[in-house]
This record gives sequence, structure tokens and C-alpha cells, in this order.
Amino acid sequence: MRRIINYAPSSGAKVILAALPFVLLVGVYFLGSSARLAIDPADKLMPGFASFYASMVRLGTTLDIATKQYLLWWDTWLSLQRLFLGLGISALIGLVLGILVGFVPYLRATFEPFFAAFSLIPPLAVLPILFILFGLGELSKIVLIVFGIAPFITRDVMLRVASLPTEQIVKAQTLGASTWQMITGVILPQVMPRLLDSVRLSLGAAWLFVIAAEAITAEGGLGYRIFLVRRYLAMDVILPYVAWITLLAFLMDYALRKVAAVAYPWDRIKAA
Amino acid sequence: MTQIIFDDVWKEYGEHIVLERINLTLDDHEFLAVIGPSGAGKTTFLRMLLSQEAPTRGRILIDGEPIAPEPTADRGVVFQRYSVFPHRTVLGNVMMGPQWAASPLLGRLFGARRRAVEERAMALLTRVGLAEHAEKYPAQLSGGMQQRLALAQALIMKPKVLLLDEPFGALDPGTRKQMHELVSELWEENAMTIVMVTHDLPEAFLLGTRVIAVERPRKDPQAPERFGATIVSDYETKCRIVRDSRRFEADRAKARLTLVPDAFLPADGTSAAALVKD
Ligand SMILES: Nc1ncnc2c1ncn2[C@@H]1O[C@H](COP(=O)(O)OP(=O)(O)O)[C@@H](O)[C@H]1O
Ligand SMILES: [Mg+2]
Repeated sequence: MRRIINYAPSSGAKVILAALPFVLLVGVYFLGSSARLAIDPADKLMPGFASFYASMVRLGTTLDIATKQYLLWWDTWLSLQRLFLGLGISALIGLVLGILVGFVPYLRATFEPFFAAFSLIPPLAVLPILFILFGLGELSKIVLIVFGIAPFITRDVMLRVASLPTEQIVKAQTLGASTWQMITGVILPQVMPRLLDSVRLSLGAAWLFVIAAEAITAEGGLGYRIFLVRRYLAMDVILPYVAWITLLAFLMDYALRKVAAVAYPWDRIKAA
Repeated sequence: MTQIIFDDVWKEYGEHIVLERINLTLDDHEFLAVIGPSGAGKTTFLRMLLSQEAPTRGRILIDGEPIAPEPTADRGVVFQRYSVFPHRTVLGNVMMGPQWAASPLLGRLFGARRRAVEERAMALLTRVGLAEHAEKYPAQLSGGMQQRLALAQALIMKPKVLLLDEPFGALDPGTRKQMHELVSELWEENAMTIVMVTHDLPEAFLLGTRVIAVERPRKDPQAPERFGATIVSDYETKCRIVRDSRRFEADRAKARLTLVPDAFLPADGTSAAALVKD
């Protein structure tokens, strides 16, 4: 008997093992749902896969009378727009502030404690303030995402800047680099892979803020729809929407990982 | 001509005196090896020459002028580790200095000027034996190759002084021997001053023209930080007159050989340069 940590699955077995929890989850749901539907065919709590399909087809292919839109795509478009704007602005703020504050000692002494305190403010607690200041429209939703995520990204970028060996910075100066040249030629390229990782880690929080903001006030959006149909216990809409959001988040995470691998090949050599 | 003078230099960190009473005059084209036990302050000595640290007391003069308050391009450096940029290829690393000098905003050259820098960089890479690895990233190189890259990267700036902090400390003995040869050849070719920190005594005496030992002459067991280390011995290992006359002879022999037509050289292909050595 070897120790259990010394048994590794083959690559074929890995695929099967990875699929297993998903299959189990779907299977358990199917069994539970079938059992309930057998007792009450109009059960709302665990609808069958057929009604999921029917609801999604309805939302995806029929024009909504009130909004004149195909709701599934309209909701997706609105939510993604908010998410991308919020994440993009956060990443940009985090990159610029993180590099400047991490690299310039005077800025660091001034702003590092402030950022540390600022990042502890719970974003959802200031949501009412945002609604009062920026109204109930798009702006306050995007500000909420930025408020929730930019401090995290800023601190992460700052830490990465601080972890660059002093030797590199001194070496750059002996090669005649100015502060600007060090930022663009030494710091920025080495921070970028970390920024992409940071954005990946923020995806979950970003979705949380999008959905929270949409739940309170919106004209559309994936979160808005879920909270709207909750009143009718419409699990046939909620569960597919949750799966759809999860899939979107997974695809974004995957895309960011691929971008990092293609754009920064040297970063992967180090890891190998 | 580069002359370095340490004029009664002290370095303290708070209460802790690291170096005291450092007095040193280093002439042009010397190879100074600094030896001493670990923690004696060898790196601190080098950092002051690099302007990474300022002396607490005393002055450092280069060619009679006070040393610049921050690292500049006239003093190149190779550290034990982390001297190259992991996000640039080998060629990219060597081209960084010249590109920064020529392009303040972008730090990048294009077209004919880029090709000119590329040519110089490739010549240097060939010199240190890395030409066929030009497109690799530093993480794909061995430790010795990375140090050779760091040397090429520093040398392309033609520094007056090259500072080396235990540059071969992490290398295996075979690689280390190759590096010794390379460094002493580069030192001859580039007519610069080298200051090298090492804790390897044979290495210091093999390479250095002058060797100084840094150590704490006085010890107070109750308060070890009360006294700093200073230069306790100073050897001239390769006499300047001998070196100068040897170089003079070599130059004269070379001049004579250029007057000899090729037909008079041995038929077995021995080059003129090989004959000079004998
Ligand atoms: N930035 C610093 N702050 C406080 N003490 C330092 C600092 N740098 C070095 N020292 C101290 O100075 C002494 C000499 O260090 P160093 O020059 O690195 O020694 P060496 O290179 O000879 O091994 C050590 O005791 C170290 O603790
Ligand atoms: Mg040291």
C-alpha cells in the first residue's frame, strides 16, 4: 500500500472524474424532480428539464410585449455591459493607482494606509449613498462594482510591484532608465499577468454586485429577471438563469486565462 | 581614466555601525576584489559605490567629483541573482539600455536604428557565448548563462565601473571557472574598473589586481553593533608596472605582426594572435 497522495489518475480517468460531480448533481436533481412531479405534475419547486427548456426557448425567441426585446438576450446584454464596464474601469484604476502608489515612495507613504482603510468599507452598505448621489440608473450600478472591486485590484497590483526584486530596479537605473521608462518597461509588463489573475479572482464579486444592484432597481438584466420571477416561484426560469450566469462567468475566466497565456508567455515558463 | 576615492566613509543603520573608517584610492583599470566574512558589510560597500545607499559619514569621489546620488549608467552592476528582466528575451535584455537612452518616451527603437542596436547586442552576445539563445527567455537559461547575459546587458552601456556582488556564488565549480576566464578577458578588452565582492579567497586572488579584506578589527561581546568593519588588509596582487609593461609588449608585438605579410605565417593555420602569446 502506497500513501494515498501517491496515487494519481491517468489523463483519461481525470476527464471522467472531473465530469462525475456534474453528472451526479444533474442526476440527483432529475430523480428528485421526477419523484415530486409524479405526486404533483404542477410542482413549482423542482420543475423537470423539459420545462427549463420550454422557458428558455420562450424567453430567447419570443418578443416581449412590454420591452419589445427578446428577454434572455436583452438581460444578458444589459448585465454583461454593466459587468464589463465595471470590471474594465476597476482594472484600469487598479493598474494606474497600484503602480504609482506601489512604485513612488512618497505616494506610497501618503496613500497606502488610506487604501487599506478604504478597501474595508463594505460596498453594499454604501449602495444607498450611491443611489442618492448617482440616481437609480446605470451609473450607480457601475460605481458600485468599481467601489467593490477597484480597491482589491489596486492592493494586489501594489503587492506585485513591491515584490519585484530591488535588484531589478537598481539594474534598470544603471542602464539609464528614467522613472517613466521603468514603469513602462519593467513594472507594467511584469504586473500585467497578475492584473489578469486579479480580474479573474474578482469575477465572482463583480457578478455579486451586478446582481445585487439589479435586484434593487433596473429595467432589465439577469439579476433583475431572477428577482422579478421569484414572486411567482418560477424555478423554471431561475435555475436556468443561474446556470447561464455560471457558464458566462466560466467562459470569461477561461478567456482571461488564455489571453494571459498568449500575451505573456514568459510568465508561464517561470511557473513550469 | 576612472579614479575612485573613499574618504573616511562610515555606514550606520541606526545604532548599528556596519562599516567604519573606509579609506581607499583605486586607480584606473584596476580589478578590486573585496573579501570578508558574511555579514561584514561587503554588499553595503558595493551599494554605496552604486549609490543605492549613501554613506552616513565621509565622501566617495569618482574622478574627483562626488558620486551621483542615485544609480547612473556610468556604473554597471551584476548581482548574484535577479539581474536580468524575466519578461524580455535574451536579445531584448541586452537591447534595453541603448533603447532607453535613444527613446525616452517609448523605450523602443524601430527600423535602421533598431537594427544597429541589434547588431551591437548580437556581437556582445556572441562574445559571451549566448548568440544561439538570443530568442529565449532568461528563465530558460542556466544560472551561468543568466550571469553571462547580465554581464552583456551591463557592458553594452560601456560603464566606467563594473560592480559585481558575488556574481558566481550560485554557480557550480566548472561554470565558475569559465566565468572567471570570461570576466578577466572582458576586463582587459573594455579597459574599465571592476569591483567584485566575493567570499571565495582563491577567486579573489585569481582575478583581482588588488584584494582588500573587510572585517571587524575590534569586537565588543556585549554590544557587537558598536564597532563596524573596516579594511584590515590590502594586497596588490598583480603589480601595476608588470601589467603595464606586459600590455605594452603585447601592443608592440601586434604592431610588428601587422607588418609581416601573411605568407610568412606558419602553414598550419596558427593565427598571428596565437604567436604573440608565446
Ligand atoms: N538596510 C539595512 N538595514 C539595517 N541593517 C542592514 C541593512 N543592510 C545591511 N544591514 C546589516 O549590515 C550588515 C552587513 O550586511 P552586508 O553588507 O549585506 O554583508 P555581506 O554582504 O558582507 O554579507 C549585516 O549585519 C546586516 O544586517
Ligand atoms: Mg552580501
